[in-house]
Amino acid sequence: MRYGVGPEVLHDVNFALAPGSFHFLVGPSGAGKSSLLRLMYLAHRPSRGLITLFDRDIATTPRHELPELRRKIGVVFQEFRLLDHLSVLDNVALPLRVAGMGEKQIRDYAEELLSWVGLADHMQARPAILSGGQKQRVAIARAVISRPKLLLADEPTGNVDDKIALRLLYLFEELNKLGTTIVIATHNEALISRFGHSQLHLENGEISVRAATKRGA
Amino acid sequence: MFGLFESRSDLPLRTDASRRFLPWLVALNVYLAALALAGLMALGDAVSAWDKGLTGSMTVQIPAPVSKDGDRINDNAPRVARALELLRAQPGVAAANALSRSEMAALMEPWLGSAGGLVAELPLPALIDVQLRDSAGINAEGLQSVLAAAVPGATVDDHKKWLDRLLLLIHSVELVAAAVVLLVAGAAIATVIFITRTGLSLHQDVISLLHVIGAQDDYIAKQFQSQALALGIKGGAIGFLLAALTLGGLGLLAGRLGSQFLPPLSLGPLQWLLLAGLPLAVALIGMATARFTVMRTLARLP
Ligand SMILES: Nc1ncnc2c1ncn2[C@@H]1O[C@H](COP(=O)(O)OP(=O)(O)OP(=O)(O)O)[C@@H](O)[C@H]1O
Ligand SMILES: [Mg+2]
Repeated sequence: MRYGVGPEVLHDVNFALAPGSFHFLVGPSGAGKSSLLRLMYLAHRPSRGLITLFDRDIATTPRHELPELRRKIGVVFQEFRLLDHLSVLDNVALPLRVAGMGEKQIRDYAEELLSWVGLADHMQARPAILSGGQKQRVAIARAVISRPKLLLADEPTGNVDDKIALRLLYLFEELNKLGTTIVIATHNEALISRFGHSQLHLENGEISVRAATKRGA
Repeated sequence: MFGLFESRSDLPLRTDASRRFLPWLVALNVYLAALALAGLMALGDAVSAWDKGLTGSMTVQIPAPVSKDGDRINDNAPRVARALELLRAQPGVAAANALSRSEMAALMEPWLGSAGGLVAELPLPALIDVQLRDSAGINAEGLQSVLAAAVPGATVDDHKKWLDRLLLLIHSVELVAAAVVLLVAGAAIATVIFITRTGLSLHQDVISLLHVIGAQDDYIAKQFQSQALALGIKGGAIGFLLAALTLGGLGLLAGRLGSQFLPPLSLGPLQWLLLAGLPLAVALIGMATARFTVMRTLARLP
């Protein structure tokens, strides 16, 4: 892929993710990790190449069917991208609203999930007044509320201390056990070696796969 | 009051600064369009009233004969009687009646005042009002040639020339009014496009987030639409109210004049209804425009 008329950021990227698998996406800064994730959550179309998601070839999928696919993907953005004019509850509820779920059910789901991530007391707060760790949890709650089949997280532990990072990783593992395929872009070597999941290594626009190592911890 | 039209929104459109002046812009547009439309309808009514009153009738003018020294006015009555006789004998003529002195005085009153004496002394021509049968097939020239031999100097006026000129004027005014309505509608549409574009770029981050979490274009467009509809109805109501007050005031002034030579410039209930439809139409056009603008922009997203 490329941005506008710029150089090709990714050019030899070939991989398949098994359903229910767990991967770290690693590589030097500027290697194109965020770009690859952008392709995967369908925010960007590849300039060439083939993307198949949930057995659908994206290039031949009509545009109006793409939202349906996007709803199966949960994304945790590096910069959270919470909406400051909405309450925490409404932020988390957004994917369900967009999918057209009933208000009553949306409330139940969102409240339950927020309690689960320890934000029961902050449901009506605006995201702007939350701490970094709290924002991160809101962002993650929003990414998982629709029970996605694929969860993409772009450096989700970038802004938090090691303890919270670890807890978040455990949360992702829980999700993974429920069948969600997970890809986490990260620089955090300690976490990678600790969990030892398979690694997608991105460098010079090419990808190489390192199989999972034996679990530590 | 207009909360009814504002559905739950994920986009903070209501707080956009540009939106605060939009209702007033719409109000101004609707106000101007309503006045133009009201004028258009009133003129249409006046034209058809004149048309109905004047076609199917002619006016015969018999100038008073003046004696050779140009001083003494001879009695016009025998000539009028001869003309009436001739006219009534025509198969296409339904009725022919000479206007009495008092009727003439009434006609002249706006210019000469009610001093009856003045009218009596003027060498006014006698006027005969001729009502024609439908499809009589009589024209002014034909009637004049019939009269010419018996009553020298008599002229027949079918009001055609005057009516044609009046109609030309009125149609020109109508054209201008219709152009104003169209221009105002165009301005309203341009405004909505501008405001919607501003909203789109202002909330690009929110829109791209909604897009990425799986919102259909329609979901996003609906929020802009309902906002545009609410603003349109609000502004339209204000504009219509102001226009109604203005028209009511003008009607009052025209009524006080009590003039018989001004056509009726008031509107009927059906026309008021049409006028009330104007703000609604503007709101709907605004809504459709907002939707079109948003959908076109969103179509560029992957
Ligand atoms: N929106 C954009 N427009 C143009 N070029 C971009 C854009 N986003 C990224 N790039 C370029 O694409 C390349 C890859 O960027 P990307 O953000 O994918 O890297 P990354 O691996 O996520 O880096 P980091 O680890 O620092 O987050 C960089 O050279 C960057 O300059
Ligand atoms: Mg990145």
